[in-house]
Parts: sequence; C-alpha cells; structure tokens
Amino acid sequence: MSEGTLYDKVWDGHKVRELPNGQDQLFVGLHLIHEVTSPQAFGMIREKRMEVAYPELTHATVDHIIPTLDQSRPFKDDQAERMMAELESNVVEAKIKFAGPESGNQGIVHVIGPEQGLTQPGMTIVCGDSHTSTHGAFGSLAFGIGTTQIRDVLATQTIALGRQKVRKIEVKGELGECVTAKDIILTIIRYLGTDGGVGHVYEYGGPAISKLNMEGRMSICNMSIEGGARAGYINPDGTTYEWLKNTDTFKKDPERFENLLPYWESIRSERNAKYDDIFEIDCNKIEPMVTWGTTPGQGIGISEEIPDPDSLGETKRESAIWAQKHMRVTPGEKMIGYKINVAFIGSCTNSRLSDLREACKIMEGRNVASGIRALVVPGSQRVKAAAEKEGIDKIFVESGFEWRSAGCSMCLGMNEDQLIGDEACASSSNRNFIGRQGSKDGRTVLMSPAMVAAAAIKGEVTDVREIG
Amino acid sequence: MTGSPAIKSAGGRGISIRGNDIDTDQIIPARYLKAITFEGMGEFSFRDLRFDGEGEEMEHPFNDEAYQDASILVVNSNFGCGSSREHAPQALMRWGIEAIIGHSFAEIFSGNCLALGIPVIEMETMQIGVLQEWVESTPNGEIYIDIVAQSVKYDGQEIEVNIPESHRKALVDGIWDTAALLKSNPEEVKQISGKIPYIK
Repeated sequence: MSEGTLYDKVWDGHKVRELPNGQDQLFVGLHLIHEVTSPQAFGMIREKRMEVAYPELTHATVDHIIPTLDQSRPFKDDQAERMMAELESNVVEAKIKFAGPESGNQGIVHVIGPEQGLTQPGMTIVCGDSHTSTHGAFGSLAFGIGTTQIRDVLATQTIALGRQKVRKIEVKGELGECVTAKDIILTIIRYLGTDGGVGHVYEYGGPAISKLNMEGRMSICNMSIEGGARAGYINPDGTTYEWLKNTDTFKKDPERFENLLPYWESIRSERNAKYDDIFEIDCNKIEPMVTWGTTPGQGIGISEEIPDPDSLGETKRESAIWAQKHMRVTPGEKMIGYKINVAFIGSCTNSRLSDLREACKIMEGRNVASGIRALVVPGSQRVKAAAEKEGIDKIFVESGFEWRSAGCSMCLGMNEDQLIGDEACASSSNRNFIGRQGSKDGRTVLMSPAMVAAAAIKGEVTDVREIG
Repeated sequence: MTGSPAIKSAGGRGISIRGNDIDTDQIIPARYLKAITFEGMGEFSFRDLRFDGEGEEMEHPFNDEAYQDASILVVNSNFGCGSSREHAPQALMRWGIEAIIGHSFAEIFSGNCLALGIPVIEMETMQIGVLQEWVESTPNGEIYIDIVAQSVKYDGQEIEVNIPESHRKALVDGIWDTAALLKSNPEEVKQISGKIPYIK
C-alpha cells in the first residue's frame, strides 16, 4: 500500500469515515456538472425529496450537446434544446453557478475549471465525465463518476469509494522537436495497456513532466482513464502556482493564494513516499504518435510499422485484427500516407490556447488540402477570445480551417459535428473507439494538434517534423 | 436507515458478448444519450452492433430470439472501458441483464453497476472461454451465481470466482444503494469539511 503520496494525503484529509463495506466516505471539494449526466441525478433527488446540500461547491456548464456553429436558441436539435433547458432550470432551482453561453465563461468542463481557478491543488474533484482526471494536473484528486454518484454528491457532498493503488510513472529524458505531452501519454498507454491502470491512480513525475506547461500536464492527466486509471495527478510546483495566480479566483483574492500555498506544498508526495509500483519511460525515444486501431492503446511512433496482431500476444491479438479490419490498415505498413477526410483540433485533451498555438504555427502560410473538412474548436469561450486576440483565428481561417465556438464538438457524436459514413479523421481528441465520432463506420486516428495540422495540409497522416 | 435489498445470488440464462476492451460507446452510442431520463435506454444496448446503417437487424446475441430471456451477461476483459456514462449499465439493466460475469471490468463501469445493484463477477480467462462456448451452444441453460460463496454454477459444475470485497459486502448486506448511508451523518460531514483548508 502507498504511503506519503499526494494521493494518500488528499484522501486522508477528505475522509469522513469508513463505511460498513470497507469503502470510505469522502468529502468532495469541487463538483462539476454538465447537461448529459446530471439531469437524471436531479430527477433522483427530486423524487426522494432531497435538496442539494452544498450548492456553492457545484459548478455547471454546457459542453457535450452544444452546437459549435449556430448557438442561437432554441437549438435546431430538439433533444439538445431540451437537455439545455433542463440544465438551466436545474441550476436555477438548486442555486448552482452556471457558466452558460451568455456568460462568456462557457466551455468544456475540463477546460473551464482550470481556467477560472476552480480547480486547485489538494482538492477532491468529481464530475460525471471520465475525463475529470484532467484536473489532476493541478495536484488534485479528480475522477469521473456515474449518475447515481452525482445524486450522492448533490445530496451529501460525499461519495463512497474504495482506496486505489498508486503507480508512479517516471518520465525521463527530453522531448524531441514536435513531440508533445500527447505523445507521452499515448506512449504510456501503448505500453501499460488500456486496462493497465484499473484499480490504480497514476502519479506522473520526472524531469520531462516538470518541464511541461499546465496545458501539457492536463493532456496527460486527461488520458489517464484511457489507460484504465480513474485518476492521474502531478505534484503541484512553480508552474502550477504561476497558472493559479492568473485565474479569477486568485486575482480577485491574492491573499487567499498566500494562505493556501502552505497547504498545497504540504500535500506534495514525500521524497521517500511508498508506491505500489513504479514505471519508467524515456522521452528521448518518443516520436510523434498516431493510433492505427480502435483503442488509444493501439498506437505507434510515426515512423514505425503497424504491428502484426500475432506479435501482440494472445490477449491483444483478436482486438487488433478487428481494429485493423475496421481501420483498413495492413500490418507492416506505416500510418504515414493514410488518407484522411476530416481534421479535428479540439476536445478536453487538446483545445487550450497552447494547443491552438502549436497547430497554428504549422498552418501559417500553408493550406488545408482540397476536399478535407477541417475544424478548430476552442475549448472555451475564453480560449477562443484569447486566440482571436493573437490573430490565431485568422491564420486558421486563411488556411482553410473552420473556426468554431466552444464545445466537445467532434470528440463524440452528441452534437452536429460528426463523421459521415466511413470518413477518416485526424483527431486531437482522446478516443478512437468505433462509433465515437458519430458514425459507426467512421475511422479515427488520434494524434497531437500539430500532427493534425500536418495531416490537414497533406490530406493524409504525415510526420509533422517534415513540414516544420 | 432505509437500505437497499440484499443481493445474495443471481440466476438465469446466459448471453455471451465476445471481445476485450468493449467500450461504453459500443454498449450505448453517444447519440442515444440525448435524453433527460434513463427510460427506454434498454433498446439502445449495443445499437450499432445490432443494426446496420439502414436500420436492418444484424446478427448479434442481443437480437437472437433464443437469448431474449437471458439475464446473465458473459464478457471478456476490460469490459465497459471509456466514458463514465451510467447509461451503459442502465441500458443493459433495462434490456434485462441482472449480473455480469467477465474476466475484468473498467473501474467506473463496475462502480456504476454496483450503484444499480448489478453484481459484476470476475472469472479466470480460460473459464470465461468455456462458459461462453457453453452459453453459445446452450441458450436455455441456467447459470447460478452465489455472491456470498463467490461461485458460479452451470452445467453441473461449480467454478470459483472473485467479487471485489467491498462490492460483495455491499450487495450481501444490502447497502449498495449508498444514498441513505451517505445521508445519515450530515453533522460529521460538516465537521470534516470545516477542517479542509480550501473550503471557505
């Protein structure tokens, strides 16, 4: 069992009591909600005549179903409009703060929490969304929950949960040119597997992690769940505190920053902390990654060959055969040259300002290949405004990308942005599951935003380092 | 305290879904999540694997007449990975699934199952293969799960299985619906929250 890690300290600090089945009742410091997984929970508490216990600790936004083109009300999609209206009435009734489209603060829930300073080190954070692990980048303990658990949090601000193991992932070496945080996490999942993290929380550390900016750290923690780990975190440091200082919460109240700093420092993992296990990777060996299959674990470096299913071992063989048939790829060949129809830059993994900057740098003075549908969807209204201030939108539009409004967009098939038929998409999102982008025959190739830009220029999967 | 009913066993006909890493987008595609209740979710279970682009039925155990009364789902490893959507176990439950036997399960998915009182049972890989073959050749065969003793009986044999202890105890003691349990100590919760530095 782990000892002296951030996980142990934050858990112990939020534990209310041990429950009769051996799980713990944990206090939840921040509860984030959105329109898809919360309405049923509000229904449950209404049915039981319960009230929201700590409404000031819940924050809401709308992201999954919101159109990114025409956001005027009512939405064209009746079902989307109904979900939006339901959320609006629930937050008013429960007196929950709502970052709606009118506020200028709306966006993907895992983008707006960190940008507003809601997300802080040493917090317990839950949301009915598996990518809640993102917030672990700030040294918080953050994980996705189901709707019945949302009901519990609304009614009691607590949750029943069993303690997990802690695996330290030590990332050594230096990132090469055009190699990003996304490539680190795709490499980790490739080696540890999509179920390698089940029952574990991942602590990411080491020199390569220390050098990453907060956006990069968020991309890594975001995809912890793709490796089976419900939560992933990074110990807070100077980079974390710099980010926090510039958020609403602490700009408004700098004294609060000074008051909380000792707490944040105190929850860092001890130098001699005990981990359940440790995994090391060397960044010097990582190149831009792309997936060839239909799970995030089915990835390779851009210059590598697509593996022969027989070489992957009995447990991975069958799903590899299935995936290669769906993707129409051949073992022994490379992903370079794989024709795409759509390029998507966005999602809670890669839609923050620095992600857009990186992709924009590639697009400057270049054009999207003819016939390619290319979308940039900023993660929040604030990211969009900040990018526009820098002129990033113009560069994208001039190069042939569409510049959209904030939302989950093409990461999942819940809004108007979807793949059609068997379209192939170079995507900066997090899941290449069959059907994920809205069409059951659609094909998703996961990669970093800069790699998506490179693919958009060539109309096929490309090594961004050769574009420059 | 009003608890939930104790669940000490489950039994019924089996239905097999083969494949590792069956994600929640396969169990219920995202476009069917556009609703404000879970009602009617059952028919969307494995929707894209059951119907083609034109809405025509494809070959799939959930479409097979012989398995319409099945209640025990038998799967392989990392079942339910991906999204946290409770819609996935809700859809399976509303289709008629009462328990799931598999080699391994994604964590959020198994937690969501527990919250609904659906036992998830871990069985060794080889044994799963044998059970799946039997279910595929014997649609009307009965499977019996003993949650207290952690065993599965079918076809005259008894197999040892694993149920994570906290899940097993919650089911057997009837405390899997956590609402009442978590609601029972508001003063204690308030007291703990008062000690957390960032809570104003």
